[in-house]
Amino acid sequence: MASAVRDLELDLDAFEGPFDLLLTLVLKEQLEPAEIDVAAIVVAFVEHLTATERIDLDACGEFLVLVAALLEIKARQLFPDESAELSELEPEEAAAELARRLAEYRRMKEAAGWLRERLAEERDRYFRLGPAPLAPRAERRLAPQDPAALAAALAGLAEPPPKVSLSHMALRFPPVAQFLERFRAVLRRRRVFDFDGEVAGLSRVEQAVAFLALLELRKSGEVALAQAAPFAPIRVTRPENERIPQWTVRSA
Amino acid sequence: MDRPLRLISRDSIVESPIDSLARTVEALLVVASQPLTIEQLADATEDEAERVETALGLLSERYREGRSGIVLERAAGGYAFRAAREAADACGRLFERPVERGLSQAALETLAIVAYTGPVSRPEIARIRGVAADSTVASLVERGLIAEAGREAGPGGAVRYRATPLFERVFGLDSLAELPRLDDLGADAEELRERLLEVAGARAS
Repeated sequence: MASAVRDLELDLDAFEGPFDLLLTLVLKEQLEPAEIDVAAIVVAFVEHLTATERIDLDACGEFLVLVAALLEIKARQLFPDESAELSELEPEEAAAELARRLAEYRRMKEAAGWLRERLAEERDRYFRLGPAPLAPRAERRLAPQDPAALAAALAGLAEPPPKVSLSHMALRFPPVAQFLERFRAVLRRRRVFDFDGEVAGLSRVEQAVAFLALLELRKSGEVALAQAAPFAPIRVTRPENERIPQWTVRSA
Repeated sequence: MDRPLRLISRDSIVESPIDSLARTVEALLVVASQPLTIEQLADATEDEAERVETALGLLSERYREGRSGIVLERAAGGYAFRAAREAADACGRLFERPVERGLSQAALETLAIVAYTGPVSRPEIARIRGVAADSTVASLVERGLIAEAGREAGPGGAVRYRATPLFERVFGLDSLAELPRLDDLGADAEELRERLLEVAGARAS
C-alpha cells in the first residue's frame, strides 16, 4: 500500500519519474532541491488520491512525512546563511545555547503555571470593567477684550474687496439670442441644415451656446430636430418636417 | 437590625475635614471604571497626597471583606472598588468575565513572557516559546491584557508589547514587581546543558 507513494509518477519541470527516485536524487545531491516544485508534487498526490476510490491512510501518512522532509531540505538550501550560523557553533556551545533557551522556556512555563493558579484564586474578585474615564474638557478662558479692537477688525472685513480684473480670462459667452437669429435666418433660406456643419469652426463655448439656442427653438416649436443615433449629426428642419410618431385610432 | 452603613455619622457634632475628603474620594472611586492613583485623587480633590492617603485608610477600614459588599482594594498601582468575595457567586450569575475566560496554555505562556520580560516583540516571544506567537498575541491585545509599547530599535523594528494595568488588576497585582521571582536561570541552564551533553555523548558512542 505504502508503495503508492513511492511509485507516484511525477511530471515536473525539473524531474520526471517516480517520487522515490526524486527523493534518492535529492539525497544524493544530484538534483537541486530548490528547483523542485513541492506544491506540484502535492497536487499530483492529491490527484492520485481522488482517482482512487478509498482513502489509504498509510499512504497519506507516508506522503506527509516524505514531503515534509523534502520541504525541510529545500528550506535549508534556500536559506544557507542561517544553517551556516548554527553550524558555526561548536557542539559544546550549541548545547549551552539550547540549554539556555530550554531553561528560559521552562521558566516561562512555570510563570504561566503561577498565573493560572493566581487566576483561579482571584476567580471571586469581581470589579467594574470599563474604558478609561474621560478627563473633562479644558475650559478656554479669553483674556479681557477691547471692543474697539473688535470693531476695527470687523471694519476691515466690511470694506469691499478690490475688484479683480477678469480681462485676462478668454472665456466669454456670446448671447444665446445671437444664435437664435442666426438659425432662424438659415431656416428661412433652407428647409434643412446640419447643426454640426453650422457650428463647425466655433469655439467649444460658442458651440455650447449654439446648442442651447437650438433647444430654445425646439421648445418654442420653431424647428424640428432629428438625430439617427447618439452622437450622430443633428438635422435641423422646419417644424412641419419633424416626424413625430402619432398614435391614431387606427394604429392602436 | 444594624444601623445603615454610613461613613460619616450625621450625629457627630464636629466633623473633621478629613471625613469630608474621604467622602469625595469615595465618590471619585464610585465613578471610576479603573483604579485611581493617589496622585489622580489628589489632583481631583485639590488636596495633599498624604491627606488623600489618610482618607483612603479610613475608607479601607469601612470597605473591607466581611463588613461591606463593596471592598476597597489596591490594584494596578491605584485604588479601586470591587465586589466582596462573598458576592462572587451572585456576580457570576449576572456578569461575564470576558478578559480571562478561556485563556489557553499558549496564551498564559505568552502572557508570562510579556509580563516578565516586556516590553518584548513577537519574534522574541516566538523564539522563547518555539512557535509563532501572532494569534496568541493578537488575542491578548484584544482582551486588553497586553498592549503595544513602542518598537525595537532600528528601522522597521518589530512592535513590542507590555502587560497592561488591566493585567495587574485581573491577576490581583498592585504592580508587576509583585510577580513571584522565578528560579535562577543559571542553575537550571547548567543542569539542562549537562543532560543534553549526556544524551549527545550516549548517541556518539
